[in-house]
Amino acid sequence: MAGRTGDAELMADGSNGSSPIVVVRDVHKSFGDVHALAGVSLEIERGTVLGLLGPNGAGKTTLVRVLTTLLDPDEGSATVAGFDVRRERTRVRPLIGLAGQSAAVDDTLTGRENLEMVANLYHMGRATAAARAGELLARFDLLEAAERQARTYSGGMRRRLDLAASLVADPEVLFLDEPTTGLDPQARLELWTVIRELVATGTTVLLTTQYLEEADQLADEIVVIDHGRIIAQGTAADLKARSGGEHLTVRVSDLAALEQVRDVLEAEGDGPPTVDEATGTVSVAVSNGPARLAGVVRRLDEAEVAIADIGLRQPTLDEVFLSLTGHRAESEPADAPAGAV
Amino acid sequence: MVVSMEALRMEARYAPGDILQLWKRNMLAYRRQPDLLVFSTIQPVMFVLLFAYVFGGAIQTGPVEYIDFLLPGILAQSVLFGSTQTGVGLAVDVTSGMIDRYRTLPMARSAVVAGRILADTTRNVFVVGLMLGVGFLIGFRYHGTVAGAIAMPFVAVLFGQTFCWISAAIGTSVRRAETAQVASFVWLFPLVFVSSVFVPVETMPDWLSVVAENSPVTHTVNAMRGLALGTDFWEPLIKALAWMAGIMAVFVPLAVWRYRSIQ
Repeated sequence: MAGRTGDAELMADGSNGSSPIVVVRDVHKSFGDVHALAGVSLEIERGTVLGLLGPNGAGKTTLVRVLTTLLDPDEGSATVAGFDVRRERTRVRPLIGLAGQSAAVDDTLTGRENLEMVANLYHMGRATAAARAGELLARFDLLEAAERQARTYSGGMRRRLDLAASLVADPEVLFLDEPTTGLDPQARLELWTVIRELVATGTTVLLTTQYLEEADQLADEIVVIDHGRIIAQGTAADLKARSGGEHLTVRVSDLAALEQVRDVLEAEGDGPPTVDEATGTVSVAVSNGPARLAGVVRRLDEAEVAIADIGLRQPTLDEVFLSLTGHRAESEPADAPAGAV
Repeated sequence: MVVSMEALRMEARYAPGDILQLWKRNMLAYRRQPDLLVFSTIQPVMFVLLFAYVFGGAIQTGPVEYIDFLLPGILAQSVLFGSTQTGVGLAVDVTSGMIDRYRTLPMARSAVVAGRILADTTRNVFVVGLMLGVGFLIGFRYHGTVAGAIAMPFVAVLFGQTFCWISAAIGTSVRRAETAQVASFVWLFPLVFVSSVFVPVETMPDWLSVVAENSPVTHTVNAMRGLALGTDFWEPLIKALAWMAGIMAVFVPLAVWRYRSIQ
């Protein structure tokens, strides 16, 4: 199979299993006036999951398209398994799999035919292609629907078929571009399980997501990207520590008291508090949490504010994003052409 | 875009098999969406009947029966209009993300476009055969040699195939299927009507007949008529083939390049 050949040649090239399998060096890409990537550098270690986290228009998809040979960078270079994505794209392609934002499955073909076609286009040989398709259908729980046209599939089934198609050649590096966007919570949980199983078998994964929870759940390392630049990098725990460690959160049942609570937390906390009117909570980063907690309780008691709940907890990645960028991850409007970011 | 020797070697080695895969995929789509095939055949057959019976009495074509004059023209017109489906199909694949998948596979870069065109050409063989059958039922007859009778529909299919490449270049350059459709008909309509497809070119105003006389459509239709009626066909046939070769020389590389540079 092509994937094996490429890998053997990589070893012959002098690279070895412990060097990063994906290397990105100062990549720039613009679409007209929009700088989708403004100098991105990163590395992915073999067998790990890198979560690329950012809002719409941050440049996540552009980076994935550069790394999967779909788009040439304006400046900078990138290699996958030691092969340059621009100059050696025919070497890169057998080694990668891509599951994109819109499930790239052929509606008029059955699930089985979709996978067999992809296998044939990897030039696997008819018998191997059929066997591989059957194997993947079973693994992704699509055997019952295997002989039905993909047009009849649910959103979750289409994503699973798309993911199966990206795994046909057993890729060294799998690119998952917002794999769960638009899925209902149940289908999302199912897909997470599938991705975890994949990672357990040693596949290297680059996962882009707008969901902070998703990166936290699946990624070993998280790179936060905004406006085409990397603004933070580390494990989920690192990033949480960076946004001030513990958070003190107060929930009130009377929303009229939110403003008062905010003022108290601003005085006691280490940064600007975040107010969530929907849940009636106010939250702020604190150091020396227990002492602050006592202070806040005392002040709120003096102000005769009724507290529904109060406590110390680790920050969510949403708060991390807010402290890094000054804006919330989900509220950023798309600022680049659709399909280009 | 960097074209390496390795990429060219891969192209030569895998193109036939990959084109066949894509042909198979598109043929399955035709079989499973019978409406596509029905509409791509009903319209040409309707044109044969409408023109033969509605205009047949009014258009003077000299000693030649109008149906004998008309059928080669209608065949050329049908494969031209049919060629728009190549661009529409490719534009749909761009929108759906299928093209992204193909472009990340280690497959021949010409295969997606060429496989699509091979499937559309297969459909054209079917459509041309059906129209010949309907033509025979309403009085069309060959007056030339057997070789000419066999060659005539082949010229039509080859002509359609040529224009599929123009359509492919359009389909890979626009973002939506609807745009591909409109962008094709906008120039196809005048091209088809300003030619010898429906009426003798001499009946047009002078300035227009000059355009019509040099149109690839006129040369092709005149060659097909010569083959079918047993009159002179060499000169228009050579001109028609030269046009087709010229169009292919420009649009085959253009379509493949457009496919590769889709963003």
